[in-house]
Amino acid sequence: MQDFIDTPVGPVPRVVATLTLRDGLGTIGARTGFTRNNYKIIPGLYCLGAAAKDSPVLITANYKLSFDALRRELAGQDLWILAIDTRGINVWCAAGKGTFSAEEIAYQVQKAQLDQVVSHRELLLPQLSANGVAAHDLKKLCGFRGRFGPILAADLPQFLRIGETSEKMRTVTFTLRERAVLVPLEVFAVGKQLGLAAVIFFILSGVSPGFFSPDLALSRGTLLLVATLVATLAGAVATPLLLPWLPFRQFWLKGAVLGGFAALLLFLGLSPSSGIETAALFLWISGCSAFLAMNFTGSTPFTSLSGVAKEMRHGLAFQISSSVLATLLWLAGPFV
Amino acid sequence: MKGFRYLDDTAILRLSIEKCIGCGNCQLVCPHRIFRVQDGKAEIVDRNACMECGACAKNCPTAAIYVNPDDGCGCAAYIINSWITRLRGKAPSGCC
Repeated sequence: MQDFIDTPVGPVPRVVATLTLRDGLGTIGARTGFTRNNYKIIPGLYCLGAAAKDSPVLITANYKLSFDALRRELAGQDLWILAIDTRGINVWCAAGKGTFSAEEIAYQVQKAQLDQVVSHRELLLPQLSANGVAAHDLKKLCGFRGRFGPILAADLPQFLRIGETSEKMRTVTFTLRERAVLVPLEVFAVGKQLGLAAVIFFILSGVSPGFFSPDLALSRGTLLLVATLVATLAGAVATPLLLPWLPFRQFWLKGAVLGGFAALLLFLGLSPSSGIETAALFLWISGCSAFLAMNFTGSTPFTSLSGVAKEMRHGLAFQISSSVLATLLWLAGPFV
Repeated sequence: MKGFRYLDDTAILRLSIEKCIGCGNCQLVCPHRIFRVQDGKAEIVDRNACMECGACAKNCPTAAIYVNPDDGCGCAAYIINSWITRLRGKAPSGCC
């Protein structure tokens, strides 16, 4: 925030378009999941530059990443930004969950007394709020007409200049870069559970003909941990990055294949002591990778809920059977 | 969305030609460009690209479009949760 601008209804905070180091650190926090669920700004009206009565009004979510993307792309523009309360959730997800709605926009418009701040009666909405906002309801709810702009904040300057969206601006993308920024969240989500998993690994790995062997627990437990990290690399890092080039359309299959391939690469470097252990690790890596890949469906912009439910019936059966079999083989290892 | 296709013949998306007034809202809001309005009526030109986001149905003034209304972002953890809670007879809670 820079200062306040005077309006007929009182001062409105003015924000700057350049992001600071603190914003950058906050972005890292949100992208890794540490602060993601509580990364929000106070809902309400903000202004950028020298916004006046005839300046456009953009609507966005109060997730700080959404707000930051908006102001960063709008450097040098004079306009109003109305952040509605989506409880710190991004535009598209909030619209899907019903919090980014025509009712909430109308509430914030009235709360900010927008009709006295601007002379026109038009709100510019992000296109990806359309699954939550019936634009035709806005007029009767708050007197403002809703108009959908582009999907990406980066296309806003061009949209504001020419006054309409192009076919390209309306089409959602999933570029390598867009996939890559999602990877840390996937990895850190696994990382949170790895501590407990490691304890279980070491206990399972120590079971031996002489009841329990600390030596085996350490050596085999470490091997199992390494295998799990390889599965994470395959399912939560490589699968998202290589997504369009992997065979099959079902995500669990993509993950299972890539996991199997990663396991073979691992065996080139270090070979387990027996065929049984090799088989156990192969199944474990492939199964875990399949699960992580399947979980990534929730982060993509093209998977339907019906499709995910359908693939999960096959995917879960594979993941459960491969991990059960892997556990049995792993336990049997020291006994044969 | 070139290079990204999900499962064919799975998404639930229906368009009632009788109710359609050809306003073009669906064509405007669809992030996968599935609709085309011609001669005053919308048509579905790429059904298998539908991800069931529901933007078209939400912005259809005559309720001519039906999309799978199940709430959810389509992530596996959420679906597993909703299956478990359905088994236990409780309402699912959100995930993301």
